[in-house]
Amino acid sequence: MRHAAILRLAIIAAIVALLELLSRSGVISRFVAPPPSEIAVDLVRLLTSDRVQAAIAQTLSKITIACGAAIVVGTALGVLIHRSRALAQTLSPYFGAYYAVPIYAFYPLMIAIFGIGEAPQIVIGFMLAIVAVIVNTINALDRIPRVLRKTVAIYGMGSIEASWNVYLPYAGPYLATGIKLAVAYSFIGVIGAEFIMSRIGIGHEIVFAYNNFDNEVMYPLILFVLLVAGTINGLFSAWEKRLLGRRSRS
Amino acid sequence: MTKDLRNHVLVLVVLLVLWQAVYLFVGDLALRSPLDTARAAFGLVRSEGFGAHLRETATAFATALAIAIVLGVAIGFALGMNRLAGEVGEPLLVSFYSLPKITVYPIVLLIFGIGMPSKVAFGAIHGIMPIAIFTLGALRNVPPVLIRTARVLRLGAWQSAWSVLFPAARPEIFTGLRLGFSLTLIGTLLGEMFASQRGLGFLLMQAIGLHDTDLIMALTSLIVLFAVLASMMLLACDRALRHGS
Repeated sequence: MRHAAILRLAIIAAIVALLELLSRSGVISRFVAPPPSEIAVDLVRLLTSDRVQAAIAQTLSKITIACGAAIVVGTALGVLIHRSRALAQTLSPYFGAYYAVPIYAFYPLMIAIFGIGEAPQIVIGFMLAIVAVIVNTINALDRIPRVLRKTVAIYGMGSIEASWNVYLPYAGPYLATGIKLAVAYSFIGVIGAEFIMSRIGIGHEIVFAYNNFDNEVMYPLILFVLLVAGTINGLFSAWEKRLLGRRSRS
Repeated sequence: MTKDLRNHVLVLVVLLVLWQAVYLFVGDLALRSPLDTARAAFGLVRSEGFGAHLRETATAFATALAIAIVLGVAIGFALGMNRLAGEVGEPLLVSFYSLPKITVYPIVLLIFGIGMPSKVAFGAIHGIMPIAIFTLGALRNVPPVLIRTARVLRLGAWQSAWSVLFPAARPEIFTGLRLGFSLTLIGTLLGEMFASQRGLGFLLMQAIGLHDTDLIMALTSLIVLFAVLASMMLLACDRALRHGS
């Protein structure tokens, strides 16, 4: 395991070094991409200046709202849908097709309903994230073995007590998968919506920089988004793994 | 089967009623009623020029899907047949899968330029990861006895991959393809939306820019219809593969 982690880091380092080399030697022209070291330096400069701080704060708070709402509502809906087997089975192909639908097409509709401003972008992020939470909640509840349900019945536990003490610890890792996806999808939704139409936010800044061939802003911002999303995702993955590991030990 | 059908009809009816209700609530500004949308969709399909856009998108999508399947399965097998490679590669795949790929689209554009190659690349990028991850997982779940049998029979790597591992892992690989299908479709459409002069995604983006609500609703409903029908068919194949063999 240790070995694999070291090897993984070595591969990433090799890829970055290769990009640096290709860019410095001119195989990749500066017009396409600056070398990674310069992107990192630009990112630090950008973050310490106050040019994009408002945009970053805006985007991250929109993502937080979208993601939090999706987790709460999605879990509740998942529990409700799971109560009826027929309903869960009938809806499953629709959930499967959901992510093939360009949700951004509903952006004008969102603007008509929620007005111009930040709300439509939050709703797009929410709409993308919620189905992942619903699907994983149903999946998690499906995996609870009959023996646990019987045990709960034997002890005469109430539904809240049973959920807290038995179902949640068992289904935790699968729920964590849904939360992890919700984070990723709310990032995609909010930033994508900012791409199309908005006046503030990271997505807007990236498009603005792209339209002006301003690689010194565009690449650092892309790197920033990837770093933030990657870090949050890594933390959730570690949490998910710990939950799974704890369960297999007991 | 008849019960299934009844349930699907019910879902459809509920969706239409919801749609109509939202329409009554929002009004004509950004939404059309289901009936008007159907009429607009018929008009769109019959209209001149629609065929060319559809063909463009279909070509881009088919190419992207083919690339995603070939590369995804190849990556999955490369990592799945070697323990160390799997351990090293899987976290990389999973973290790449969950990154917001839309942010790297400007880079794809700078590399491939505006047009067909960018769309195909963007669609394929979306599809490769889920297919690779599911293939890898499928190979890991192949019963060890089959792998040992292949070794006893002294099959080479190619032979054991083709005649033992692939048939055994097929149902789960297919589940990955199902996911990859949806994601490649959205990837291709997004690629068309943000930089293209042809295709359904371009039409959609143009309609958004012009506030042409009829066109937006018609296009979206056609895409949704296609996605849902394809997803149902693939799900049926998936079930047949799992229970048939």
